Amino acid sequence: MLETALPKLVVAPSFVVMIIFIYGFILWTLYISMTKSTFLPTYDFVGLVQYAKLWRIERWWVACRNLLVYGGLFIVLCTTFGLLLAIFLDQKIRIEGALRTIYLYPLALSFVVTGTAWKWILNPGLGIERLVREMGWTSFTFDWLVTSEMSIYCVVIAAVWQSTGFVMAMFLAGLRGIDDSIIKAAQVDGAGLRRIYWKIIIPSLRPVFFSSFIILTHIAIKSFDLVVVLTRGGPGYSSDLPATFMYAYAFTRGRLAMGAASAMIMFAMVMAIIVPYLYSELRRKRHA
Amino acid sequence: MPEAIHKPPSERAQRVFIYSVLLLFVVYFLAPFFVMFITSIKTMDEIRNGTLIALPRQPTLEPWLKAWGYATIGVTNEGIRGFFWNSIRMVIPAVLISTIIGAVNGYVLSKWRFRGSDTFFAMLLLGCFIPFQVILLPMARTLGLLGLSESVWGLVLVHVVYGLAFTTLFFRNYYVAVPSELVNAARIDGAGFFRIFWRIMLPISTPIFMVTIIWQTTQIWNDFLFGVCFSTGETQPITVALNNLVNTSSAVKEYNVDMAAAIIAALPTLFVYFVAGKYFVRGLTAGAVKG
Repeated sequence: MLETALPKLVVAPSFVVMIIFIYGFILWTLYISMTKSTFLPTYDFVGLVQYAKLWRIERWWVACRNLLVYGGLFIVLCTTFGLLLAIFLDQKIRIEGALRTIYLYPLALSFVVTGTAWKWILNPGLGIERLVREMGWTSFTFDWLVTSEMSIYCVVIAAVWQSTGFVMAMFLAGLRGIDDSIIKAAQVDGAGLRRIYWKIIIPSLRPVFFSSFIILTHIAIKSFDLVVVLTRGGPGYSSDLPATFMYAYAFTRGRLAMGAASAMIMFAMVMAIIVPYLYSELRRKRHA
Repeated sequence: MPEAIHKPPSERAQRVFIYSVLLLFVVYFLAPFFVMFITSIKTMDEIRNGTLIALPRQPTLEPWLKAWGYATIGVTNEGIRGFFWNSIRMVIPAVLISTIIGAVNGYVLSKWRFRGSDTFFAMLLLGCFIPFQVILLPMARTLGLLGLSESVWGLVLVHVVYGLAFTTLFFRNYYVAVPSELVNAARIDGAGFFRIFWRIMLPISTPIFMVTIIWQTTQIWNDFLFGVCFSTGETQPITVALNNLVNTSSAVKEYNVDMAAAIIAALPTLFVYFVAGKYFVRGLTAGAVKG
């Protein structure tokens, strides 16, 4: 009897923890988002008032627009560079191991470290601007970091630097898994290398494109540290993302309910991409 | 890669092109770290008068000593060392506890499945993906009620709780591949739940322990969100302290000290990466679902 109960007993604490700390907490946040909580939580239900207010806040719109720009560029650039590097690395490169090590090391760093490094490199006084001017182009200006319209692109630069290696590793694994015989057959038919890549290899990497898209989107929605360190959401709130908006409202401005509402919207965004993904993954495994 | 049967002359040009692009990216990936390092051993005078990539004329360790021992962070003047130890005190228990629980959970969910265990796993899997913003507020309340806010143990609890989903996923997926015949045979021989775990599963688990421990160590060491929300002043982890150092608007910005502190904050995870890169990359692709 004990033997059948034991496995359940062993996972029971984790189950309870999960129910409380994940699902219970999400419900709590959902409830708070439907109250008028400010500095302290209150429990008078007011419905969707906060959500309606949220979409009237200019700063929230800026954060969402930034997420689109940042997320879009981040995904496109990481995928392009990652695929390019993977294909090139897959050409029987003698120093492949060393190159891979170099491309991947930023992943071991904290976004805070990455942000610190790029904050210094991109700073308008002594950074790249000074470097290019010293090289002779004296009118060169590069002040994106302190320009409202451009600061979000600085976040893109640093984030792409950090995450490209990861996408490369995924594509490389995908390339190594392709059946050589299809490629050989195409070669026998006289297809050139470039044609083989465009017509056969890249299309067959579709699952990798799909999962890296999901993962990069997920990273983009959750991005927080990098913005805080690099721009502090500024100048003003011009480089805010939903995650930094949520932090500002919930933790520094004492608008708990509004912060909770923005968190729920982030949650909805993530679920909208993750649930179909997990569903298709689990189905694929079951059929395999 | 497709085998080239014979090499036309254009092949050579193509090779040169491929290598140039690959090396260009080497420069792109290494440049920030190179710039960070040379900045960290320059004096402020040299920084003000030189460029990003100018090599230091008189290398100095002063910025490193200051970053470690006496830079002003928040209200203290004791550098980053205290925060470095905070992070160590947080990482070690959080990694060990979450890994051990994950191993046992993974064992149950793969080899002792029961009605509802797949549902449990699916729910846990979904938990890997939630944006943590959605649990920050109730967690802050809970830590307050438990009297753990503003202590390193509060952060340990948070990292264990939200690391569990991940460690369980790692071990479960690893143990699923272990033939069930092995376990069933042992059961027929009368071996119990823990005995099978101890004698059959653990001895073959070294690789997955490596992957999980390395994954958890880098995740927890590099965490900023939990640190900034659930700790203050003296108990902050190193990432939060680094941000405070870099983003303090003091009159004189000491970039060399900032860079030295950033490298100090990066050293433990870089060390892990260079020593156990194989497991690091494996965790990355296994943990690809999390990102």
